[in-house]
Amino acid sequence: MMETTPNISKGLKGYSGLVLFFIFSFMFFGCAPKKEESLTGKTVTIWHWMTDRDQTFQELARRYEEKTGVRVDFELYAPSDAYSQKVRAAAQGENLPDIFGLLAEKRDFASFVKAGYVSNLTVNMKENNAEWEKKFFPKALAVNEFIDGNSYGVPAGIYGVPVDVMTITMLYNKTLFKELGLDPKKPPVTWNDFLAVGEKIKEAKKQGLVSGWGEIWMIDCLASNFAFNIMGKDKFLATLRGEVPYTDPDWIRVLTLFKEMQDSGLLYNGLVSMVNKTAEQIFANEKAVFAFNGSWGVNVYNGMNPKLDYGVMLLPRVSDKFPVSVWGGAGSSFMVYNKSKNKDEAIKFLKWLTEKEQQVFLAAQTKNLPANKEAIGNISPIMAQFSLGLEYATHPNTWGFSESSQVTEAFDKGVQSIIIGEKTPHQVAGEAQKIKERELARKR
Amino acid sequence: MKIKLKSTLENYLFVLPAFVIFSIFYIYPFSQVFFLGLYEWDGILPTKTFVGLNNFKDIFFSDPIWWKSMFQAGWITIIALIFQNVLAFLLAWACDREIKLKNWYRLIFFLPPILSEVVVGLVWQWILEGNYGLLNSWMNNLGLAHLTRNWLNDPKTALNCVAIVHCWKGFGWGFLIFLAGLQTIPRELYEAARVDGASSWTAFRKITLPLMVPVAILVAILTILGTMQAFVLIIAMTGGGPAYHTQVPVLRILASMRDSGRFGYACAQGIVFGVILVAVSFIQYRFSKRSQARGA
Repeated sequence: MMETTPNISKGLKGYSGLVLFFIFSFMFFGCAPKKEESLTGKTVTIWHWMTDRDQTFQELARRYEEKTGVRVDFELYAPSDAYSQKVRAAAQGENLPDIFGLLAEKRDFASFVKAGYVSNLTVNMKENNAEWEKKFFPKALAVNEFIDGNSYGVPAGIYGVPVDVMTITMLYNKTLFKELGLDPKKPPVTWNDFLAVGEKIKEAKKQGLVSGWGEIWMIDCLASNFAFNIMGKDKFLATLRGEVPYTDPDWIRVLTLFKEMQDSGLLYNGLVSMVNKTAEQIFANEKAVFAFNGSWGVNVYNGMNPKLDYGVMLLPRVSDKFPVSVWGGAGSSFMVYNKSKNKDEAIKFLKWLTEKEQQVFLAAQTKNLPANKEAIGNISPIMAQFSLGLEYATHPNTWGFSESSQVTEAFDKGVQSIIIGEKTPHQVAGEAQKIKERELARKR
Repeated sequence: MKIKLKSTLENYLFVLPAFVIFSIFYIYPFSQVFFLGLYEWDGILPTKTFVGLNNFKDIFFSDPIWWKSMFQAGWITIIALIFQNVLAFLLAWACDREIKLKNWYRLIFFLPPILSEVVVGLVWQWILEGNYGLLNSWMNNLGLAHLTRNWLNDPKTALNCVAIVHCWKGFGWGFLIFLAGLQTIPRELYEAARVDGASSWTAFRKITLPLMVPVAILVAILTILGTMQAFVLIIAMTGGGPAYHTQVPVLRILASMRDSGRFGYACAQGIVFGVILVAVSFIQYRFSKRSQARGA
């Protein structure tokens, strides 16, 4: 024992030299440039949050470098909440990358533009007889556009490039439809048909509609779809402007629809605190007859249950006065940092990314709808069903007005309260209107 | 005189590094948060609008959801103070005695705190799920089908379920501190009490409890601070729903900042929340001190 101690000490001394060597090597090489320079010495950096698309983006970046010699670094930051915070923090520190995606409402998008962080791409879109602009679905581009006299005070122009498009609509499980004795080729078209399916679901002790209604924006999405159908776009927008109260009978009707869905057995038990990931899992596992979800779900369902047999339907029509609408438009868009030294290279890359060939590849790999009109012919049958929704698409970013987030929260949380039987539609409408009036007074 | 001045300067010099670090990492950020609370700012634009104390006024007079969330956090804290700490103390007391496998128990009891809050939240969400959850399934098998419900979606049970899971997750910390406290009590005191004919209950009442009061104060303060600020577990289990039934102040601050883009308001909420926590801890400390002094 006595002899081993000095040996250990001696051994440790030898190792300590080795450890020091590694530490210094690590420090030295750690300070070296992170990545190899491209052939042209130019690198375009892109930040995004899309985990499902990252691999495809990396492949496209590799192809672009091979073609042009310009390196493109796609940097993934997820989850989306953390990504949003990172972009805001980077904007404050003026450390934004050459290209970035924005996960924000139009109001925040406007603030980014007004603060001078986002490039106006109108000139690029319009050059050569609007060659670039014409490639996109107009509704996809509209999401990134500020029109003349918009309420945000942003100069008119196009400030973003759509990479793909999406629609959010109703899906139904064809196998469960058959089990309920329903024709899977004839999904419900009217509100009464829809409620009748609810009764059948209740009788068969199955579960109805799943959606991420714990994340309240999806409630907002469905509620605004109903509102467009019941009162029309003009009256809807008048409500946002404060000219029509939420206590209007049409709004009460919108809120009552949620109660009717609950009463008829259409809603999945536990829907109000469900996140969309869980909802997607439940629908993929064939435990729910309906899902209210976006076209991004195709990729998710395919990953969870490739044998899932489902169809896409428009929202059931509540009223014949106005058309049924769905939320749709740009799924994800990229913005060019206005203070970027590589602005021209960044725009060139985005032009290349939105060309037909790349869009077909992106759509095939990620099962999203392409933003380029020319690429739509190459999509799967289920995606084609989703793309039909584009005809009826509307999106908050195209309305020119944003509802105050406090009012939206009160309304959507109120819908949750209606579903759990805690409040009536009249109570919720009254509460939302009270907050609306407070916010209007504050603005005045 | 010179020597005294030199000595004083030397003292200040020693304190200086700590003061500088404290100022940079605590005082400066705190003052910035306070000043931001006086502005209306969306977190993006370089310009901010000075609104004075309006944000604070709104919190106190126009934001009932904030106070509801405060009340709910308080409710979870009360449950944690009672059940979590009593359980932690009793288990620590049991493990401090000469029982078989006591090290094994110590390991088991300390497992929940080291698990990720998100994982714990998701596992419990699955257990408490209304349709295919484990709890309802067990209750059905035990003939208690009439008592089954959607635990996390029912306004009557959601908050209590969150509180119970929070207690389960957190009792290990209290257990550890109580156990450390119990081990500092000299064994001779118990031996002397036994020689004097004291029963186990009397020894517990007259020796263990009084000597554990300072530890209990510490655990109580840590429980209050930890529970009032809990939110990860709640996000994972209910996301603050259904409606506002499991909202807590930190979730409201996050909602103001992230969902509403009201950074100034969120900072004001942070200040109000911080002041309330300090006040509660101070009051609790004073009460405990007084009762401790009375006991002595």
